[in-house]
Amino acid sequence: MDERILQLKAELERKLSETADLMGLDNIRVGYLGKKGSITALLKGMKDLAAEQKKAFGADVNKLKEFAAAEIEKKTAELKQHQIELELRTMPTFDVSTPATCRCGSYHPITLVQRQCETIFKSMGFTVEDYAEVVTDYECFESLNIPKHHPARDMQDTYYLENGQLLKSQTSAAQNAILRKYGPALIKDGTPIRAIFPGRCFRNEATDACHENTFFQMEGVMVDRDISISNLIYFMKTMLSEVFRKDIKVRLRPGFFPFVEPGFELDISCLICGGTGCPSCKHSGWLELCPCGMIHPNVLREGGIDPDEYTGFAFGLGLTRLAMMKYGIKDIRDLNSGSLKALSQFTDDE
Amino acid sequence: MLLSMNWIEDFVDLSGLDKLDLIHRFSLATAEVENEIFFKGRDISGIVVAEIKSVEEHPKSKKLHLLKVDTGKGELTDVVCGAPNVRVGMKTAFAQIGAAIGDITIMPRDLAGYTSYGMCCSESEIGISDDHSGIMDITDDVPLGTDIKTLYAVDDIIFEVDNKSLTNRPDLWGHYGIAREFAVLSNRPLKALPTDDLTVYDNLPAVDMKIEDTLCKRYSTIKVENISRTVSPVNLRIRLYYCGMRAINYLADLTNYLMLEMGQPMHAFDARKVEKIRIKRFDTPFTFRTLDGVDRNIDENTLMICNENTPVAIAGIMGGLDSEIVDDTTTLTLESATFDAASVRKSTVRLSHRTDASMRYEKSLDPEMTVPAIGRFLYLLKQYDSGVQVVSRLTDEYAVKFPPVTLDFDQKFVDRYTGIHIDSDTILHTLTGLGFTVSYNEEQETFSAKVPSWRITKDVTMKADIIEEITRIYGYDNFEINTTRSPLYPVRMTPVKTNEEKIKDLLVKQFALHEVHSYVWAYNDELKALGIAVEPNVKLANATNPNIETLRRSMIPTQLCQVKSNVGFAPSFGIFEIGRTVSGLDENNLCVEHKKLGITLFSKTENVRTLYFRLRDMLAALTLDIKHSELTFAAAKATHDYEHPVNFNNVLLNGTIIGSMGIVHPVVGKVIDKKAAIVFAEIDVEQFAAEPAQSIVYDEPSKYPSIEYDLSLDIPEGISYADLKECWQTEGSGLLKNVSIVDTYDTDTIHRITVRFVFSSAERTLSSAEVQTIIDHITASLANKNVSIKMQ
Repeated sequence: MDERILQLKAELERKLSETADLMGLDNIRVGYLGKKGSITALLKGMKDLAAEQKKAFGADVNKLKEFAAAEIEKKTAELKQHQIELELRTMPTFDVSTPATCRCGSYHPITLVQRQCETIFKSMGFTVEDYAEVVTDYECFESLNIPKHHPARDMQDTYYLENGQLLKSQTSAAQNAILRKYGPALIKDGTPIRAIFPGRCFRNEATDACHENTFFQMEGVMVDRDISISNLIYFMKTMLSEVFRKDIKVRLRPGFFPFVEPGFELDISCLICGGTGCPSCKHSGWLELCPCGMIHPNVLREGGIDPDEYTGFAFGLGLTRLAMMKYGIKDIRDLNSGSLKALSQFTDDE
Repeated sequence: MLLSMNWIEDFVDLSGLDKLDLIHRFSLATAEVENEIFFKGRDISGIVVAEIKSVEEHPKSKKLHLLKVDTGKGELTDVVCGAPNVRVGMKTAFAQIGAAIGDITIMPRDLAGYTSYGMCCSESEIGISDDHSGIMDITDDVPLGTDIKTLYAVDDIIFEVDNKSLTNRPDLWGHYGIAREFAVLSNRPLKALPTDDLTVYDNLPAVDMKIEDTLCKRYSTIKVENISRTVSPVNLRIRLYYCGMRAINYLADLTNYLMLEMGQPMHAFDARKVEKIRIKRFDTPFTFRTLDGVDRNIDENTLMICNENTPVAIAGIMGGLDSEIVDDTTTLTLESATFDAASVRKSTVRLSHRTDASMRYEKSLDPEMTVPAIGRFLYLLKQYDSGVQVVSRLTDEYAVKFPPVTLDFDQKFVDRYTGIHIDSDTILHTLTGLGFTVSYNEEQETFSAKVPSWRITKDVTMKADIIEEITRIYGYDNFEINTTRSPLYPVRMTPVKTNEEKIKDLLVKQFALHEVHSYVWAYNDELKALGIAVEPNVKLANATNPNIETLRRSMIPTQLCQVKSNVGFAPSFGIFEIGRTVSGLDENNLCVEHKKLGITLFSKTENVRTLYFRLRDMLAALTLDIKHSELTFAAAKATHDYEHPVNFNNVLLNGTIIGSMGIVHPVVGKVIDKKAAIVFAEIDVEQFAAEPAQSIVYDEPSKYPSIEYDLSLDIPEGISYADLKECWQTEGSGLLKNVSIVDTYDTDTIHRITVRFVFSSAERTLSSAEVQTIIDHITASLANKNVSIKMQ
């Protein structure tokens, strides 16, 4: 074999063994196999050889060429593998126990509780209605069978405005409008009225940890041909069990509200002790939760619905109270304070 | 209201029944009973009647006495006693060795060298009154050694009913009415009230009395002489005390007793002061001194009881000082009357003076009660003071009667309303027990119920009221509960509702804003501190707090107050609220209310431009997401002291102004934080919701490659990006699929933007030549606007 071929082969083997990076390897490839590479040069130099030498020399150079290509490829794979191993080895361990730095917004806790209630009622076929905060005496009282001198109208309870209107003291202020809105479909097509109307209410009173002049209630009504007290109890029990996500016992006691007859105070079995008695239910086992009742015939009539044909129930839930119970909020004033230290904690709660 | 079980049992025999269970049932069927029940006398035992046989001074103490007391056992007991009222021959309550008073067990005890074998007790120590001035002075003629509990009704169960739950039940403001409920609940008969027969006085002269104002519905009176008793019997005093009233004197106590028993307030005048009773109002205001010694301003609306023209009592509220019963009163004129409930209520509010009497009158008392109450009063008066003499006939003027009420209903009505079946026997039995006169037609299954007088004044006037009477006694716990059979229909939400919820979600989830709540009125003090003037608007007529008198016109001042209080919360934060504002009155004098979204962003780490554009992008994102439309903005004039005059923009959706956005005026901003950037936006949610959402039009992505072409534009002053948009509308612009800004470069003199145009066709691969043709059109158009172009 030609001395030059052997020499080149030895040199190539040495250089390959000395190379530790892909860049150097590429230089070697170019140096031997490139257009101006030494192996290519050998092939080019063949034209000067005698014909009988040409064949053997050509075969040897081609062998060398194949050898070089294979060795370089092998070395390339080796180095790549080596590089991956290096990357794997040098990857540091990250401390994921450090505090996360996510940018989270927050919902007002009333929004969360209100949505939970709305979801339940929507699933039971109730529509969700919205209503003004400034209402008339008729909406808030007269249409609700609250006679002129009922204590609820006392100046100290209701915020009256200069123009004779008032800030609604109860979500029931929307009842008349809702009966009028859906009454025609009830009478014409037999579509029952099923609506809830959450909203902000106002009472003219001094504020402290337990009292607010601005708070949220959610009222609900259902009117159809034969709505009964038995239905009312069913709906309240089902709805409250959903709200609190456990089987809730309810009990009714007579309660006086001019817009219902009969009217009830609804108690639920204490959420803390389940009814055996504890400090949070003052050892009675029950929590007074929401007033409810059968819609007073005068209220139905005022809403354009014949009380001899139709009956219905209504209830009022204190959303503010519910939110406080649910999240253990002790000072009611935190809710309207705008304090983000308090409110930013309520990211979401479906 | 405190109630005595003993008193109730005067009228219904509850022997053998579990009283606590009955009270519980009462609470579920009638009115709310407070949790704590008081077992009076339970912790008292071993106290007997004893006579003091001798009294000696204690040699070492000025206060103490050495007594020998006789408990009827034949030998005397040595007692050391510190009471000032000890005297020989006095009978008192004596706690023997082993007796219990509360937690204390009486043991022999050394008092300054002498051993006391028991203790003489004051009424306060036994718990039957608050008198602790001395030991009890027992005047009743009973054998020594008699247990105090057999002598007096010390043992009793006292429970309290929440007054609020009695608002609509005037008949429950006395023990007799409560006893009626217990009778029905326990299925035992209610006893009649023993009363004096008033007909025997029919021949005596009348009292000179006249109702001159029909705010007095009924006035009954009688005159009694020769009253000798001044102190009430112990048992009577105990009941008053247990029910929360103090004993005053015999006559006053008896009127109070009657009120607690029948719910009928009564007033005893000293007959010397009241000879010609006139009930009327006065035309001119004056001052009147009530028996509590307070001078009160009486106006022309307040009904007064007068002795001819001299006022002697505020009707239904309180008597006057000058005519009240005093120690030497022996003749009384008794008032048992009914006044207009609303009038009494208004007077108490005006006078800010609520009394036990007015509380009852406000509930609309049964006028039928005035005469039986007099009969009952005389019955009791005579029982304890046998020498009294009635000197007038019952004088009674019944000015206004409640019309009788009879309610007709049928079994079907009851079944439909209740949703269960309560049988006719139960209905009949219940209503009869409650005092209704009921007839039942078995064939037709119809009832006719005459409502008792004590229920027609207020709470039982229509058929629906009957349902409550039947069901509450039946017991709601006994109801079978059922869902409705009403048909189901799809539930649709209003656009305002769905938009509102989406806005909240986007602002919280995408932009990490915090939802807050606030008040619908301006915060005067907080705004003043920020240097923001309260905008004139509709005011509250009766706000007790001057800080909150004016309704707000905008959400932003409120939010700036809230931002200020949150400055320390984080270097950057944003708040929002969907709340209400009022923009004055409309032509009908009604408030114009709006539902507004307010957003305020605060940052100490970003400059005002970045923050402002973030806010702009938020609004754009809301609109794009919810309406699939683009917002436009129009420079507007700032009109409020908290708005920066520069960069105040109206926000428009489909050409309608739906709100505005701006930067906080530096004067206000610097009070909030010296360096922070603060920007705000306010959007009318109802207007936003009213704009329809565009439907999604699907644009099939081209299968051919698109070509991008960037132009750098130097924009002269006074030209906005919006002005450039028309330049893209040239020949071939149908192939222009997107235009965006990829870079901006600003110096004091240069405003440069790099705009990227993307061209593509659905049918073919575009050639660079045809794109260049469109670009040439665009650049020509831009040149017309003096925009210089630097090719990329």
